[in-house]
Amino acid sequence: MSYGFKRIRFRKKREMPGGLWLLCPGCESMQYKRAVEEQFQVCPECTFHFEIPADQRISMLLDEDSFEESNEDLCPLDPLRFKAKKAYKDRLVRAQDVTGLNDACITGTGRLDGTEVVIGVSDSRFLRGSMGSVVGEKITRAIELATEKGFPFIFISGSGGGARMDEGALSLMQMAKTSVALARLDDAGGLFISVLTNPTMGGCMASFAALGDIILAEPRALLGFAGPEVIRQTVREDLPEGFQTSEFLLDHGFLDMIVHRADLKGRLSQLLNYCRIKPRKEVVA
Amino acid sequence: MATNTQKVGHILEFEHPIIELDAKIEELENFAETTEMDLTGQISQMRSRSEELKKEIFLNLSAWQRVMVARHPARPVFSDYLSMLFTDVVELHGDYVTGNDGAMFTGFGTIGEERCVIVGHRKGKTTKERIACNFGCANPEGYRKALAKMKLAAKFGLPIVTFIDTPGAFPGIEAERKGQAFAIARNLLEMARLNTPVICVVIGEGGSGGALGIGVGDRILMLEHSYYSVISPEGCATILWKSAEFASSAANILKLTAKDLKVFGIIDEILDEPAGGAHSNHMDTIKTVREAILRGFSDFKDLSREELLDHRYKRHRKIGVYLDEAERRIAQGANGNGVEDLLRDESSDNLDLGSQAE
Repeated sequence: MSYGFKRIRFRKKREMPGGLWLLCPGCESMQYKRAVEEQFQVCPECTFHFEIPADQRISMLLDEDSFEESNEDLCPLDPLRFKAKKAYKDRLVRAQDVTGLNDACITGTGRLDGTEVVIGVSDSRFLRGSMGSVVGEKITRAIELATEKGFPFIFISGSGGGARMDEGALSLMQMAKTSVALARLDDAGGLFISVLTNPTMGGCMASFAALGDIILAEPRALLGFAGPEVIRQTVREDLPEGFQTSEFLLDHGFLDMIVHRADLKGRLSQLLNYCRIKPRKEVVA
Repeated sequence: MATNTQKVGHILEFEHPIIELDAKIEELENFAETTEMDLTGQISQMRSRSEELKKEIFLNLSAWQRVMVARHPARPVFSDYLSMLFTDVVELHGDYVTGNDGAMFTGFGTIGEERCVIVGHRKGKTTKERIACNFGCANPEGYRKALAKMKLAAKFGLPIVTFIDTPGAFPGIEAERKGQAFAIARNLLEMARLNTPVICVVIGEGGSGGALGIGVGDRILMLEHSYYSVISPEGCATILWKSAEFASSAANILKLTAKDLKVFGIIDEILDEPAGGAHSNHMDTIKTVREAILRGFSDFKDLSREELLDHRYKRHRKIGVYLDEAERRIAQGANGNGVEDLLRDESSDNLDLGSQAE
């Protein structure tokens, strides 16, 4: 019998390397951990943005104590009974232990500088933030809630894993599911601001993450459809400098702006103030 | 017989017994002809044995063997469907942004009495054609062209049929520059609100996002030996076993066959292929597809905009397998059901979790 894989208790466990010092992957210098933490997990030397846990992201963006999580009880199953060298269910349980999350995203409602919003964050520590049935369902429910309530929807993506392989075509179809829900939000005059963080690739980038009314990204994030290694093997040439970064996407017209993590809340607040959702019930064709 | 026209190099390993038997039949026929002996009885007996053998072999194919059938060089490709199903075809080339993608066909055509817009991945048949079509791997301009023509269809009330057959959207430098992810994502969103019936048919390879990019519709049909997957078996094998040589194992665990996808509610209908696979009999395959498309058009033709889009929404909305703990607790509190009962309830819904039990 297959059971849901679930954490009974919500364990707040930060996955950080031990010790006082951190190696910055951006400039390969040793950084004092406390200094990085004080800068919103950004390297003071080169502004490399470290990946951060979903709950930390939420507390960074929302007004204090305003966040109410929804659908936290959705738990992943193993519909394919996917097993190669490691079994999917074992990887799930391990990811749950490490992160204290049931799956790779958190959604809910809260206030951002006083504005009520529906917000979602994917957590790249959980199977590389990949989207399976639970992530797809939570995002879709969040979009539906935003549509129903007339709240802006903000999603902060961090998913190097794209559509989660371990759930097969079910994961692929979450791309369609989240996108059809966004079509309805758009029809209802809703607002979706998509914030891309390092890394957002594959099936996540090629669905909801690319469908914001406004799209922002943190500096130097890896963003794209195909993985760099796959592209290199396909075209058999070196990839250009800065390929598939936030700066690359901005140059090619696929981003509205690059925002330093410390400025993100302020920027979102500004945007929310301009894009106020008109209350309307009936959708005009 | 169509099988006899196959080139030797295209025979799949598991087809050998069929090919050998067919060769014997041919030999016997020639012998009967030259010696003027009456062997009709024996020959017809062997023919029916050959048919049985085909059925038996193709019914029991492994997932990987089906992938090989889906990629068979003699399998009907988009151009076969285009020429045999449609009359009065007008190809439209423009995406109005960056270029004309050879891997994606878009245009008008008439099937039976029905005028429609056709969208399809183009793979080509000869080496030259295959290169021109980029082996069926579309670039962003292909997805944008598809969307532009689908919107045109909606504007003039023409139903849409899309033919899916791609190893995947092209993973290239230019493709990323032109926003491959953005083009595909946009199609998923816009296809959800096209105010006209959309029928999608997976005719060969359903390669991940590249397939889904023209795959949001009212009814998703799939030929029996085609596949549809979140990642290619080779890609999956590279991730899991660090080598593409394990593609067969990967295919088997990815649950990518039509039968698997039907169980998960991802596709609506499996279209049976002739015994021996689509490559052994193009005519019958294409006839099956034709009937299914026309049936789809007629089933959705009279729906209002609301009904049509609502149906399409719900069709995609319901896909996913997960456990809702909150619902479980409520169910448990209400009538004391355990997890097992709840899972059993779910299984009656749209998937058979019972058969997944360990």
